[in-house]
Amino acid sequence: MERRILTGAYIVITIFAVFLLRLWYLQVIKGGEYKKIAERNRLRAIEIPAPRGIIYDRNNNALVRNIPTFDVSVVKEDLPSDSETLSELGRLLGLNPEEIKNRLKRASSNPFEPVVKLKQNLSLEEVARIEAHKIDFPGLQVDVVVSREYLYGRLASHIIGYLGRLTLNQAKDPDYSDVPKEAFIGQMGAEGIYDKILRGVAGKKIIEVDAVGRVTKLIGMQPHINGEDIRLTIDRTVQAEAEYALGDKTGAVVAIDPNTGEILAMASSPSFDPNLFAKGINYTDWENIINDSQKPLLNRAIQSQYPPGSTFKIVTAIAALEEGAITEETTAHCSGGIFVGRLFKCWRGKGHGTVRLHRAIVESCDVYFYETGRKVGIDKIAEYASALGLGKPTGIELDGEKSGIVPSTSWKLRTLKQQWFMGETLNTAIGQGYVSATPHQMARLIAAVSNGGKLYKPHILKDSEHDYLDKVVEIKPDTLNLVKSALVGVVSENGGTGHAARSNIVSIGGKTGTAQVIGGDRASRNFKDHAWFVAFAPVENPQIAVAVFVEHGGHGGATAAPIAKRVIEAYFKEKIEDEKGSRLGESPEETSGQGFKGRKLKNQISKIIPNSRDTF
Amino acid sequence: MVDRRILKNFDWSLLFVALVLSLIGVMTIYSATRPVVNVEQQSFYLKQFYWIGISLICFFLIVSIDYRWIARSGYIFFGFGIVLLIIVLIAGKRGLGAQRWLDLGFLSFQPSEFFKIFFIMAFSRYLSDMKQEAILGLKDLLKMGFIFFIIPAVLILKQPNLGTVMILLFVFVSMIMTAGVRKKIVVMTIIIGLISVPFVGNVLWGGLKEYQKNRIVAFVNPSVDPRGVGYNINQSKVSIGSGGFFGKGYLKGTQGALRFLPERHTDFIFPVFAEEWGFAGSIVLFIMYLFIILRGFDTARRARDLTGSFLAMGVTFMFSFYFIINIGMTLGMVPVVGVPMPFISYGGTALLSNFIALGILTNVRMRRFALFY
Repeated sequence: MERRILTGAYIVITIFAVFLLRLWYLQVIKGGEYKKIAERNRLRAIEIPAPRGIIYDRNNNALVRNIPTFDVSVVKEDLPSDSETLSELGRLLGLNPEEIKNRLKRASSNPFEPVVKLKQNLSLEEVARIEAHKIDFPGLQVDVVVSREYLYGRLASHIIGYLGRLTLNQAKDPDYSDVPKEAFIGQMGAEGIYDKILRGVAGKKIIEVDAVGRVTKLIGMQPHINGEDIRLTIDRTVQAEAEYALGDKTGAVVAIDPNTGEILAMASSPSFDPNLFAKGINYTDWENIINDSQKPLLNRAIQSQYPPGSTFKIVTAIAALEEGAITEETTAHCSGGIFVGRLFKCWRGKGHGTVRLHRAIVESCDVYFYETGRKVGIDKIAEYASALGLGKPTGIELDGEKSGIVPSTSWKLRTLKQQWFMGETLNTAIGQGYVSATPHQMARLIAAVSNGGKLYKPHILKDSEHDYLDKVVEIKPDTLNLVKSALVGVVSENGGTGHAARSNIVSIGGKTGTAQVIGGDRASRNFKDHAWFVAFAPVENPQIAVAVFVEHGGHGGATAAPIAKRVIEAYFKEKIEDEKGSRLGESPEETSGQGFKGRKLKNQISKIIPNSRDTF
Repeated sequence: MVDRRILKNFDWSLLFVALVLSLIGVMTIYSATRPVVNVEQQSFYLKQFYWIGISLICFFLIVSIDYRWIARSGYIFFGFGIVLLIIVLIAGKRGLGAQRWLDLGFLSFQPSEFFKIFFIMAFSRYLSDMKQEAILGLKDLLKMGFIFFIIPAVLILKQPNLGTVMILLFVFVSMIMTAGVRKKIVVMTIIIGLISVPFVGNVLWGGLKEYQKNRIVAFVNPSVDPRGVGYNINQSKVSIGSGGFFGKGYLKGTQGALRFLPERHTDFIFPVFAEEWGFAGSIVLFIMYLFIILRGFDTARRARDLTGSFLAMGVTFMFSFYFIINIGMTLGMVPVVGVPMPFISYGGTALLSNFIALGILTNVRMRRFALFY
């Protein structure tokens, strides 16, 4: 029996040895792996979103705010993956069980981020329903997420922009490397350009949980950094008036402070409601916007170029005066047209009689400028047009800016490989033909004319610490005075084409433009002429320069001039009220209440607008 | 009461190792049940501590009685044990889906825990009473098997308590094997066993409770349902593995206290220990068990008579199988069977029965030299 007892002992020893090997395998060979699994069991990373910076207008009125919305997500590991649970969960959330399955499958495999978003922007009803049934679905949780509300809906939608999901290109961009996949980030306008400033840095909290998901302690915390507020140059009141005045017409309005280059208003119609995007746009809304023939996402103020029509006569006049091709006294006789190879008609069939420059501008006599154009020549016109900022992008922060066209002999040779014809000079002299400009370029041009030739780098971010002067166009003061007084005449004198812009509040100078839409059925809306009006006010000491463009709007004087007037008046009415206010001791900076905190933007701006650094 | 000459041979080292194991048990129970949210510390570890005291008293009581008297009274206790098992089935207290406890008002206990001791006592007497240096025949085996194993096994399975039946079966078989069985019978049994596997297997499988079937399925493939049956095994391996070589340190383990590990202070207490003390601590623990077991075999070998030898063997096999099944289960090498870790797992009755068994072992060892009264 002793032998058998020993056998028993050996068997036991052998089993011990096997156990030790197994223990070695589990603890030493696979120890690291199991340690990770144990950590994944107990640790959860919770993102603490950073509140996005608020966007203010130039008078510290908030244009957006952050509002809480509700998302539902699930801790992947905690949710049973059987099809019954999934289909019940699908019923609860109103989602297809297959979709839930896919989302779970696609989710990050990072063990510290086991949370998968299932549905965003729940209604309060949904939140209540989910909370009531949460207990049946381990790992299900409702999260509060900060979303964006655009307080004035469509107001300045092209300038403010909107929030949208990270696009594929952005996902590859190192600038967005710290942004979670599901996040909404700025996609257009200020939200897009200044996203890095606005979004801040999300924080992270690592917590320990027990097997039933109760939080047992806080392991670590990385605080979030608030997004910084930004202040735009836009004036809420002027912007609103510009959009209101445009109404359902297709077009654009740009208002600039001629002394700083700040954009006071930039309206493009039709516009869109950025609130649709902020919460994750649904398919129908997106289709509607994308398929709209009027292209509401297009910012016509900078992304569309049109022939400037008679507003371009300002350029022709300056070129001719500066080059000595004409003087104040030079006359021309308008009998309704002029024959240069073919008949070039004046817009006024019966003609203007014999006119000098002043009346030619006031009445917008085409024949006078045909003559003037012929005298000064296309290349000189092109030179001054370019000097005044046409034909190249203005360098505004907003994306997708068009450059416009300034035609010249060399331009035609280069692009069309053709000889320049005299008739084309005539056409160009009155702003027809090849020449084209964006409404924003025209606003910048009229601002430069009104302020003595100073061209500013246009910007939408309010920043009083920097001088945005781009260059001073060398034009003799006499020339400018002559042109300006004619522009004043356009609005104030009898027979002036811009009399519709005449205001009781403030003296306005301006120029109408009617750009012919060539070769169409004149009766239909789509082939009506484009209406232009560029203006500045007050005449003595210009503080606002405006360009109005209405697509197929007909005559500039009839359609565009009244809009310009309303925008200018809105600006000065507001100024008068502010002055009253400050006389009572409430400066607008204090009364606006919200408080503006984002002044330390110097460095960030130069990071975002690389070509602006040299001008600082 | 006890002869001083006998006392001289008292094996303090066995008692010492068992006590250390028990204290490790109290510490580990404390760690496994320590609160992590704002609730009070559960009193398991204190209760276990008191039970050590009670167990020690019983241990010395057992040691002081000559083991031959213990074996002599084996039949009476065996009969008494059967009666208790029947009472449990009729009037027992239910808990965790099984009817295992007898409530005496001031305390409740599991008769099946003590029954293992009664069985060893009675069977040792039976084996040693057989005249020959037994080479057992088929008739003896069937008779023995029916009386000593089949009857109690059926009663215990009814509770149900598969773990105890397993231990009983293994102890029964290994005691017979050590006593000696004709080679022909061993071979026959194996052949019949193999042939009848499909048939008996079917009957057995059908007789298993759902949770028992699941445990076997989960053992074969834990990933079948990681949230359900396989969960225990997975979390057990994670706990053990995450301990690494040196462990996370006492009270630094997370798997137990945060409740990822089920049955963390009872059947799955070893993973809690292994997580905190690592491979190094586990080796020390293994060595302590091995010490008790080898000491047990040594005692069986050197016992003064057959009775002592069988008693020591029964107890040693019992410890061995407890250890092998429990550790094998936590290491994922044996299906999950509800078997506690001797001396360490929480449970008063089990601790007491382990100390009584240790008492019998010490008793035999102490009286291994023939003395004349």
